[in-house]
Amino acid sequence: MTPYEMEPYDVIVVGAGHAGCEAGLAAARLGKKTLMLTISMESVAMMPCNPSIGGTGKGQLVKEIDALGGEMGRNIDKTFIQSRMLNASKGPAVHSPRAQADKQRYHEEMKHTLEMQENLDLRQGEAIDLLMEEGRRVTGVLLKSGAIYRGKAVVLATGTYLNGRVHVSDSSWPSGPSGLTPSLALAERLKEKGFALRRFKTGTPARVLAHSLDYSKFREQKGDDPVIPFSFMSDGIGENKRSCWLAWTNEASHRIVSENIEKTAPYGGHTTGVGPRYCLSVEDKVSRFPDRLRHQLFLEPEGLSTEEVYVQGMSTSLPERVQVAFYRSIEGLERAEISRYAYSIEYDCLDPLSLTAGLEHRTAENLFCAGQLNGSSGYEEAAAQGLIAGINAARKIDGQEAFVLDRSEAYIGVLIDDLVTKGADEPYRVMTSGAEFRLVLRQDNADLRLTEKGYALGLASRARYERYLRHKEETEEEIARLERSFADAKDVAVFLDRVGGAVQEPRGKIRLADLLKRPEVTYDNLGAIDRERPEVSAYARVQAEIRIKYAGYIEKQKNQIERFKRLENKRIPEGLDYGALRGLRAEAAQKLSLVRPESVGRASRIAGVSPADVNVLMVHLAKMNGNGRRRDER
Amino acid sequence: MMDKTIVAVSTAYGEGGIGIVRMSGDRAGEILSCLFRRGAAGARGAGVAEPLAATAFQDRRMYYGYIADPSSGKTIDEVLVVFMRAPRTYTGEDVAEIHCHGSVVSLRRILDRALSLGASLAEPGEFTKRAFLNGRVDLAQADAVIDLIRAKTEMGYTAAIDRLEGRFSRRVNEMRDALTDILAEVIVCMDYPDEDAEERGDHDSARSVEARLAEIKRSLDDLIATADTGKMIRDGIGVAIIGKPNAGKSSLLNALLREDRAIVSATPGTTRDSIDEYVDMEGLPVRLTDTAGLREAETDVEALGVERSKEAMARADVVVLTLDGSRALDAEDREIADALAGRLREERPEADRSAGAAAPAPCGGVMIVINKSDLPTAIDRDDAARLLPGIRPIEVSAKTGKGLGAITDHIVSAVYGGAVKQGESLLVTNAAHKESLTRAAKETEHAGRALRAGEALDFVETDIRAACDALGEITGSTVTEDILDKVFSRFCIGK
Repeated sequence: MTPYEMEPYDVIVVGAGHAGCEAGLAAARLGKKTLMLTISMESVAMMPCNPSIGGTGKGQLVKEIDALGGEMGRNIDKTFIQSRMLNASKGPAVHSPRAQADKQRYHEEMKHTLEMQENLDLRQGEAIDLLMEEGRRVTGVLLKSGAIYRGKAVVLATGTYLNGRVHVSDSSWPSGPSGLTPSLALAERLKEKGFALRRFKTGTPARVLAHSLDYSKFREQKGDDPVIPFSFMSDGIGENKRSCWLAWTNEASHRIVSENIEKTAPYGGHTTGVGPRYCLSVEDKVSRFPDRLRHQLFLEPEGLSTEEVYVQGMSTSLPERVQVAFYRSIEGLERAEISRYAYSIEYDCLDPLSLTAGLEHRTAENLFCAGQLNGSSGYEEAAAQGLIAGINAARKIDGQEAFVLDRSEAYIGVLIDDLVTKGADEPYRVMTSGAEFRLVLRQDNADLRLTEKGYALGLASRARYERYLRHKEETEEEIARLERSFADAKDVAVFLDRVGGAVQEPRGKIRLADLLKRPEVTYDNLGAIDRERPEVSAYARVQAEIRIKYAGYIEKQKNQIERFKRLENKRIPEGLDYGALRGLRAEAAQKLSLVRPESVGRASRIAGVSPADVNVLMVHLAKMNGNGRRRDER
Repeated sequence: MMDKTIVAVSTAYGEGGIGIVRMSGDRAGEILSCLFRRGAAGARGAGVAEPLAATAFQDRRMYYGYIADPSSGKTIDEVLVVFMRAPRTYTGEDVAEIHCHGSVVSLRRILDRALSLGASLAEPGEFTKRAFLNGRVDLAQADAVIDLIRAKTEMGYTAAIDRLEGRFSRRVNEMRDALTDILAEVIVCMDYPDEDAEERGDHDSARSVEARLAEIKRSLDDLIATADTGKMIRDGIGVAIIGKPNAGKSSLLNALLREDRAIVSATPGTTRDSIDEYVDMEGLPVRLTDTAGLREAETDVEALGVERSKEAMARADVVVLTLDGSRALDAEDREIADALAGRLREERPEADRSAGAAAPAPCGGVMIVINKSDLPTAIDRDDAARLLPGIRPIEVSAKTGKGLGAITDHIVSAVYGGAVKQGESLLVTNAAHKESLTRAAKETEHAGRALRAGEALDFVETDIRAACDALGEITGSTVTEDILDKVFSRFCIGK
């Protein structure tokens, strides 16, 4: 192979999965001449695992990506076949949208969007090496063909392709997801260059054909009516076109798994990669919860133009022959025809502790990393990182400071902070429980939180920004109106009696906002005595209701955020020599030197750094600044 | 950085035999050198003693000599001094200590001379603060800054108080752990969509969470209730005098009141005819409780004896089991002793193994007293000694006063020795703690209320987390920006 120079680019994105797509679009939309490389054009925005976007925590991520001007929300709105709001029975902080996608259409729509994007070249080709200057600055990539593309910044988003290896029982072979070509050479070159790579593992269940299933044995799960779109820019995206179905394993299924457990890849000792605890394979479910009589599974259609159905919750690496017996042991699947067997896949990834909060690699300048390469799992997690990596690649070229969202601003901030501060010992999934400020980080207000930032970055369009302003204004007006509107006590008594509330002695006038705070009162039923209610958009209704109803909690959370910010704003000088700080334990010094947090707040979240260590650190910082401590002494 | 050299009297003011004036800082050696005259063997008086240059002091060596007034040359006191060079000192700086006679006059004058030579008076806790800032206080093994600093504090606090503080932290941590457990349960519910609820089968934990929150709230309230100093003094060290009716408890209590100085309580209602009486035992406020007290006569006596004893036992820091020496041991004595044995096992689990019946009785919170030693003895002393393993009965006579001193000695030494399983009467000692506890209690209550009102778990979680954070501020496990200010403000307790 004789390498040859091709035209130079500003940003080169390696990979066109969910991370790569957002990275490429963001860089191009920020005016950077961008090249996106994919091993196969057929795998752009491919969904090799479940055919859905969103879910708990993940739904919030998608809304945030959208609010900043990313693509995932719009793409799923164009291609969904069923949509639901999860956790609707719980508080608004954990409401999470999830939609089933038509996989093929999702891929096509995204690919088309990329093709049409100005400044963006989407090209088929396999990157096999990073070009580096002085061993610490990335300057481009080398392709298998010998083509050299120079780039001012490179975004790596290699997914499960990097040194990918598929396992089914004791058989394994190099492969990307869904039988695609893996990226083997690049993994080798990265290792040679000194990048520390780790091995993670994930798995996917079988696909069965719809016409071979007995749907009378399942419980139907319909979508919501009306459908609430992901994108703040989408209106009237249409109706649900398919249902999902619930089914259950039984003791016979479990017996098949237990009897064959040694034949699975991990129990047979054929894999070493670390898999996620929150997404257990069937063999793990059966062996870890032997008392369970059944496990739930979801049957999710993969699209409108295919019979394939995804058997959610039932990933395995049993031999294919046993898989047939296992799946068919499930009621309603007795005659299931399998089109794709379940497999597990191992892949190489980086230790995210080697990245900055802006997702740039700390020892390889101009290299940005996103998605599963950073130890995360999930389309949404990947897309969120891709967006940030793309933005920061563009900003780096312009000499601008990295764009970082903190934990109080977005799930994206929580996700990236967790990765680059705590690291990932297993594939990382975003959790609503991991977001300490979730009452503020709701899916419904993502645009209020982020669109202004997206607009300032140059990513969110003018139209999006104006829509956000309208939302904001309308919400505030409606809240103010409810605060100053009163209902007659007699009417209120009748109203409360009807909605099942405790009726107090009617006296005087009652503020509508106060009424709305009562658990039995909703914005909708309040309409009965809200005589002057104007035409209000669905958006403002939801906002007004949540913000009035939970004002006390939101206020409390805002105070917590303020305290949090104070520590986040305590900066640590860049080249601080932790080893020289007296009183700091060796373990803490080592962890701090590794992660190099830019703030005391972040330092306090590093595993292995205790509160006492943070206090020592603060003392030293105070000494260095020559103030603060002096004040104490007086 | 630490430009000032600080000085302070490091021992408690009082009538101790020895008092120590301590200096820390770059000029400690120089000031010591100005003050100190080394005594020649056999010669007396500063006049015949030699000054010693700062550089001439051997590290960590005791020197005998005199402190002289630098201007007049007159002897202030006969002393032992020691000079310790940085960094291997408590503060990490040069430290000089002057061991003089413990009189206030002597200490005061030496302090004044040091100040006149350019030392600054140390702020409360400043020695420890310097130790901390210089990295001498090893935070590495500490759970929290405050615990560690406290463990090494040189304030005039006794070991007993240090223990109290440690216990306080543990107590706070226990409550915090309980809240964290609830938090973990609440959190796990959040990440599973409704459709998976069946899969996990953990419905209706709300009720148990509610009960647990109420429990924690009660504990917090108990702690907070002890916070104001008035109550602290009123409560004092709780000493319960228990025993069957007519064992002579009341006469023993009255005898102790005569022996020790009774505190005139400022609180209305706590007069001499109530059950609780207050005495000052060598500086310790002690609350004496006669379990049955004067009310004994008014109620169904026999049935209540044991019950009341148990109740009082639970609240007391020290329990004095009173036996009637003029009567043989009976079943009721043994029943009360059995109840006490349970407490003893909690207090020192090793006691059953190590201490035989004949061993002396340094057993903190429990003592046995054989009263009425003025009357003919009917009780079998060996039987009495076997009632509780390791506790040797003390024979006293409330009537003649014989042995009362031993009771006082025991109580005082048990408290200072830290052997007393302290109740919470002295625990909350400063305003910052009280503020955090109050906040935690408020949040916990709010969480319980929200739960009852059917509020979503994500809201309840916010309250619980706020409560956890508030408690963490006390122990240092919640990092806050102003933690250092808070840490140092805590030094101000005491001196």
